[in-house]
Amino acid sequence: MKKTTDKQQLLDQLEQQELSPEQRSALERELHGEAIHRPFVPTRQDNTLGPFASLYASNDLQMLQAMSAPQGSYTTHIRTLDELLERDRQREKDGFPRKIQVGRLIKPQQGAGDKVIVVPTTVEEKLIHDNQFSDPESGGGGQGGSGEGDEGEVIGEAPVRPEGQGEGQGAGEGKDAAHEVESSAYDLGRILTEQFELPNLKNKGKKSSLTQYTYELTDRNRGFGQLLDKKATLRRVLETNIALGNVDEDGVKDPSQLLIAPRDKVYRVLSREKDYESQAMVFFVRDYSGSMHGKATELVVSQHVMIYSWLLYQFARRVETRFILHDTEAREVPDFHTYYNMQVAGGTRVMAAYKMVNDIVEQENLARDYNIYVFHGTDGDDWDSRGKETLPELKRMLDYASRVGITIAEHLYGGDRKTQVETYINQSGLLDTHGDLLRLDSMGEDAPEERIIEGIKTLISPS
Amino acid sequence: MELINQHSKKIMEGCKERARDAGLRFDDQSLEYVVTNRDMLELSPKVMIPTLYDYWVHDVEVLKEKGKYELYPGNPYETVINTRPAISFYNDNNPDWLNVMIFYHVLGHIDFFQNNLFFRHTWDYDLAGQALADKRLIARLRAEKGRWVDYVIEFTRGIDNLVGYYGALSTLEQSKATQESKRCNYFFDLFLQQERKVTPTEYVAEVARYNSFQEKFKSRGEAHFFAEVVKQYPEFEGAYRAYRKNGHQPKLDLIEHLIAHSPFLNRSENEWMKSVMQVVRSTSIYFQPQIRTKIMNEGWASYWHETLFLKDERIRGHEVDFARVHSNVTSIPRVGLNPYALGLRLFQSIEEFEDKGRYSLEFQRLADATERKHYDSHKATGHQLIFDIRENYNDFNFINDFVDQDFVDQHQLFVADRRLDEERMVWQYYVKSRSAEDYRQMLMDSLYHPPTIEIDVRPSGSELSLQHVFEGKPLVRDFIQNTLLGVEFLWGAPVALETHEPAPNSSLPAESRGHDGQGKPVPIQWNKVIYRMEDRQLTRTLV
Repeated sequence: MKKTTDKQQLLDQLEQQELSPEQRSALERELHGEAIHRPFVPTRQDNTLGPFASLYASNDLQMLQAMSAPQGSYTTHIRTLDELLERDRQREKDGFPRKIQVGRLIKPQQGAGDKVIVVPTTVEEKLIHDNQFSDPESGGGGQGGSGEGDEGEVIGEAPVRPEGQGEGQGAGEGKDAAHEVESSAYDLGRILTEQFELPNLKNKGKKSSLTQYTYELTDRNRGFGQLLDKKATLRRVLETNIALGNVDEDGVKDPSQLLIAPRDKVYRVLSREKDYESQAMVFFVRDYSGSMHGKATELVVSQHVMIYSWLLYQFARRVETRFILHDTEAREVPDFHTYYNMQVAGGTRVMAAYKMVNDIVEQENLARDYNIYVFHGTDGDDWDSRGKETLPELKRMLDYASRVGITIAEHLYGGDRKTQVETYINQSGLLDTHGDLLRLDSMGEDAPEERIIEGIKTLISPS
Repeated sequence: MELINQHSKKIMEGCKERARDAGLRFDDQSLEYVVTNRDMLELSPKVMIPTLYDYWVHDVEVLKEKGKYELYPGNPYETVINTRPAISFYNDNNPDWLNVMIFYHVLGHIDFFQNNLFFRHTWDYDLAGQALADKRLIARLRAEKGRWVDYVIEFTRGIDNLVGYYGALSTLEQSKATQESKRCNYFFDLFLQQERKVTPTEYVAEVARYNSFQEKFKSRGEAHFFAEVVKQYPEFEGAYRAYRKNGHQPKLDLIEHLIAHSPFLNRSENEWMKSVMQVVRSTSIYFQPQIRTKIMNEGWASYWHETLFLKDERIRGHEVDFARVHSNVTSIPRVGLNPYALGLRLFQSIEEFEDKGRYSLEFQRLADATERKHYDSHKATGHQLIFDIRENYNDFNFINDFVDQDFVDQHQLFVADRRLDEERMVWQYYVKSRSAEDYRQMLMDSLYHPPTIEIDVRPSGSELSLQHVFEGKPLVRDFIQNTLLGVEFLWGAPVALETHEPAPNSSLPAESRGHDGQGKPVPIQWNKVIYRMEDRQLTRTLV
């Protein structure tokens, strides 16, 4: 109830200022409308029940012969990712939407560093019933059960947010379902850069000069190479001929008389120089409040996995990452796996997360040594609906960050109104004054993969 | 894939003899293969049919989480497939006693496939052989038409869960022609029900009138009856003549309708697409009964592996090993549904109840609990009854007829549900109901049930208009776009789909929609919407 009172107060304050009819109704709707922060409720198909979660989940091979689902990957079928993507491009030319998704089913592995599993996936769409809507009037619902216990008696409990596990939106049938190709995030970054034409990072002044390799004709080589170094070659030729006695003290009389041994030719060769001066620190910030349930979360995590992979490729692995989740409080989690799988609940205060990022940067003095990137994914709800607390933190962040990218996954049921986060950031004018540093992208929570990749381009493209 | 060795095959043949003696009926021939992980990788996308047609999606990880069983009714990891001869798959290192148990289980399945009437349409041909011919056809077409073959497969698979399975079954099991004339059959079966759409009361009144005329006028009864009918329905004779002229039009499913009436497919350059669609359709129809008999099929197989294993003298000494595996397979979980356990218990209870004569009026009328408990009329017909059930039932009527309060009480079954403890952020599982009615309803709700899509056979212009028959659930919205895209491609003109969707404010799952004043969950408001696909663009209009 406290929440409503706070908001009522806020609304009363706003009454005294001048409000447009649209703003007014948006606020009214927010206050009295459906946008309540509900606790997270997973769908019925969650995995807590093991093989008996559904009538049709068990099969003879597993039950009788203890055979697990086969393990392997698309490579067993002699297809490469490139072939699949080529087929997809052809589909687009034929006028049909793309079918292969590379990002939807990537799972960071627990305790495996930058190891991310890339599974090219597809969906075979059919007209089927959506079982999450059952009319309460019909009295249905529930699962089977057996044993002791009176009606109404609680027979067991399971945590809503199992710590350190949970399969999230992942593929397959749990931990031992390794029927996927293992590929490092680095490869995914390459695919994203090459196949989906994500831009390479541009040089943006000293601080973020991030060329990973420079090709320079600095090394010399005798015998073969790209470019003949005439001066050095002539010197060697002379040395050889002096040794052979072809050159007397007066100098060379007839250059055509000089012998040129193959080893005397000195070339410059193209060599790859690694540029070690830049490194990046990326903060991934994700809203895991109750309203993020479902597609919004799926969208944000899959976009973040892709950004992570892309940065890993761009910085030739010289990327450090920090993961922050927030509802009304912010918390830092140790790895991508936890970040990816942590389930949603609670309310929303964006400020908490931004403040945590700022504090970490300050305390660890990160701004001096790193290019700092912050990517934030949210559904755009914020209890601080005018951004009064959030905007100062955001401004603080823009002082040191190389790029702050905010993705808003708009709920389908939200109607046409702009989300709160989008509204207050737009109104703050930060997008204009700090256009090179701050990017904001809104998309529907059911956006297809192309749109998500398009979103990454918006967030990271040079100004 | 390799056949099992001669030693194991000999054991299998021994099992067959014992199973036959116990009353199971199946073909003499069967094939048993040892499968490796690699074999399984190739087989599982093809629902274990080694000769199924090639399709690129089989090579990709398919995202099935949403509606896995709705999308893929065929079990991807089935041990035995319903081919002629039946083919079954084995691990290569099973000990003999375990193989005996599995062999009995497999024989239970084969007996079920070959005797249950819901598999009637699969009895006359061998799917493995048919599939091989289809695979070659598709390979040949692919060589000519390239990727377009895959588009046709894709778009047809998009609607292959809407196949007219029951229609296909009913053409095979026509009841014997009744005594009545064709005119009479037309009047009662089609004219009253489909043309006039009379209420059941009116229908029953007509039947009564017919019977009274028969009684009164004997052999001339029908003539008198129809003289009356024409007075009441002057259009009847005309309608009947038209029906005689055109013959009875069987109801077509969506794929058949496209094949028969699509202007696009009927162009000569597109005729080849129809054969691809037929392949997809017939494959889908073949797999329809499996998921509709999961509880019965697994229950029947478990019943027989238990019964026959314990009698088999060849594997004495492995009773404890057997018990361990068997109880793992057939235990009733504290929360959850195990089709093996449920089916096995049902068959065992039915046999026991029938042996004691409890499916009788006399028993139903007994109110005294002690008397009910000790009731036994020594009818001893249980064995016969479970064989009849195996022949004539599917999961739906199996549950509907036999999950009664006695059964629920006998096995201490209940409907479990869970609620959120917000303070501690845990799910609390609790006993929701112990009534047989609720338990039956819960089972019904978890059965496979594809949507019913009606085709409006009198479309306006060239547009194909589809109606999703509303059964309290919306369609998965994400999937509508691509499915309709495919239908539009195959139809060659715009396609409209009418369906129901929850209003935006009630689009959340039941648990989070909140409650009204009386503590009841807020009911969903349903809106009627029309999706229209034209030139590959989807529009959605609220009606």
